[in-house]
Amino acid sequence: MDTFAALANGMAVAIQPMNLLFALIGVLLGTAVGVLPGIGPALTVALLLPVTYKLDPGGSLIMFAGIYYGGMYGGSTTAILINTPGESASMATALEGNKMAKAGRGGPALATAAIGSFVAGTLATIGLAFVAPWLVDIAVQFGPEDYFALMCVAFVTVSATFGNSPVRGLTSLFIGLVLGLVGIDKLTGQPRLSFGVPEMLDGVEVTTLAVGLFAIGEALYVVSRRHQAEEKIEAVRGSLWMTRQDWARSWKPWLRGFGFGFPIGALPAGGAEIPTFLSYSTEKRLTKHPEEFGKGAIEGVAGPEAANNASAAGTLVPLLTLGLPTSATAAMMLAGFQQYGLNPGPLLFAEKPDLVWGLIASLFIANTMLLVLNLPLVGLWVRLLTIPQPWLYAGILVFATMGTIAAKPSVVELTMLSVFGLMGFLMRRYDFPIAPVVVGLILGPIAESQLRRAMSISLGDPTVLVTSPISATLLAIAAIALVLPFVLRGMSKFKATED
Amino acid sequence: MSDDGTTRPRPGVDRAGIVIALGLIALAVVLIVDARNIQANVVYGMGPQVMPIIIAVGLIVLAIGNGINALRGDTPEPEDMQFGPVLLVLGGLAAMIAIIGLGGGFIPAMTVLFAATATAFGRRAILTDLILGFVIATVIYLVFNKLLTLGLPAGPLEQFL
Repeated sequence: MDTFAALANGMAVAIQPMNLLFALIGVLLGTAVGVLPGIGPALTVALLLPVTYKLDPGGSLIMFAGIYYGGMYGGSTTAILINTPGESASMATALEGNKMAKAGRGGPALATAAIGSFVAGTLATIGLAFVAPWLVDIAVQFGPEDYFALMCVAFVTVSATFGNSPVRGLTSLFIGLVLGLVGIDKLTGQPRLSFGVPEMLDGVEVTTLAVGLFAIGEALYVVSRRHQAEEKIEAVRGSLWMTRQDWARSWKPWLRGFGFGFPIGALPAGGAEIPTFLSYSTEKRLTKHPEEFGKGAIEGVAGPEAANNASAAGTLVPLLTLGLPTSATAAMMLAGFQQYGLNPGPLLFAEKPDLVWGLIASLFIANTMLLVLNLPLVGLWVRLLTIPQPWLYAGILVFATMGTIAAKPSVVELTMLSVFGLMGFLMRRYDFPIAPVVVGLILGPIAESQLRRAMSISLGDPTVLVTSPISATLLAIAAIALVLPFVLRGMSKFKATED
Repeated sequence: MSDDGTTRPRPGVDRAGIVIALGLIALAVVLIVDARNIQANVVYGMGPQVMPIIIAVGLIVLAIGNGINALRGDTPEPEDMQFGPVLLVLGGLAAMIAIIGLGGGFIPAMTVLFAATATAFGRRAILTDLILGFVIATVIYLVFNKLLTLGLPAGPLEQFL
């Protein structure tokens, strides 16, 4: 299909007044929740999923698009003003942005983050619109064994790139895979890991897991170390606007950030951390003001923020075309699709073009709304940051449990939520990454069903995995990606002693 | 924590790491036992018991990896922490589940959870927090039950709304 025609069609869907309203609500809710300290975009989407239960799929996915981008914008505001990045992708922003805020340049820091996110996000959405149909054409030729191999790549990249040690990341992933086994096996109707509990036959809800791990786990972790340093909010002093010099120093980092963010996000290469840090180190190397780095250099905010937003749009490429989530946030988006029985992938483009292209078009609209709304409303967002911590976390827990109660008001489900919360707390304490658990839960069953489909087509012959050229290549990539971190780890030890 | 300055590998054996490794082995055993109880009658291809076995094998390999790291003392030392507040939050969650399970309804459950969490985070005004939690829970109940028609559990209190 012609991309321009499809996109124009999508625009027509997205600018219907109701859908515009959904996008606006999504953007506002996303920013409001994302701005709360310790809440990243993945949790923002997870917490707000129940709000969309009763909406129609089109409207609620458009709302998601707004929540997704709003959550990211909110996260960068928090990173700049109180130096608590809600996710590791905002860490680079916190590094320079918070220093700028301390020096009374919080306004320009927020502005360059917002405008950079808009520029890079818009470019990346254009990229998405053009790459997606092309990838769909390739994806329709994939057999089940190729899908399985592709998921193996995603498993490895997601778990080996999150956290510091591949063993820890893979451990998290496997816990997610185990949780994915719980419930009735879809092909044979046999219960697995249900231990005779009827509620467990339905399996583990992705939202229950994500809210437990992210929201309750985070609350427990924060309360366990509350006696340590209190966070300090930097007031936004001085002008909100960027000076001519700020513009001159920002536009190239924005474009470079897009250049890092989009391709890395679009490849199943594991989230936004890598592009933001690549962008940060590149800007540090290229800047004409190296003395400012570490003390509040605007390039160090502009580049990583642009990279973060571009990679977020990039992760939608594998999500929409292949049904492959490569970040915790993308996994939550996939859960949002599944809530309506929709399975992202090449078929969705053919069967529901209005929905997919409406969603893509809404990304443009959400991005524009964020740019227009957020700078003027920054005072309101800052006020949200001043909610006293006890009430903030008490409210988060109430809202988090409310979502689960609304979806499944059973004691078993609430107990699972609490157990996942405790698990999230222990994982944080012992330094295991959280995102691979969510990705494992959501991708594990899909990978299994693809593998079993491949096996039944091949009459039980496992060599089909290596005789298909696509599958063989992908499995080789997965194997390399699995071994590479161990090699790199050895190298980084060497580098550390060199410093 | 990627920079080497903040956390230092502690010398000697890391006990938590050993516990984690043993836990992974236990999980693998549960998977294998469960998989052996599945009645599979698949003629061609894989039955439902194959994937649990593959995952169990992976867990055992990871248990060995975690165990080696623990024996080398490779894990960063966790920061010191307070268990009291953690237990208080968990207690709040348990009370909330009990109230819902016993049919006490959404609003009382949320009120207790709110007050317990706020107290765990250092607030010392339990009455104010109970009232605030009650107000928030009531507003959420009204918005979600009446406006969005989600079925939040109703107890004796919610009958009056």
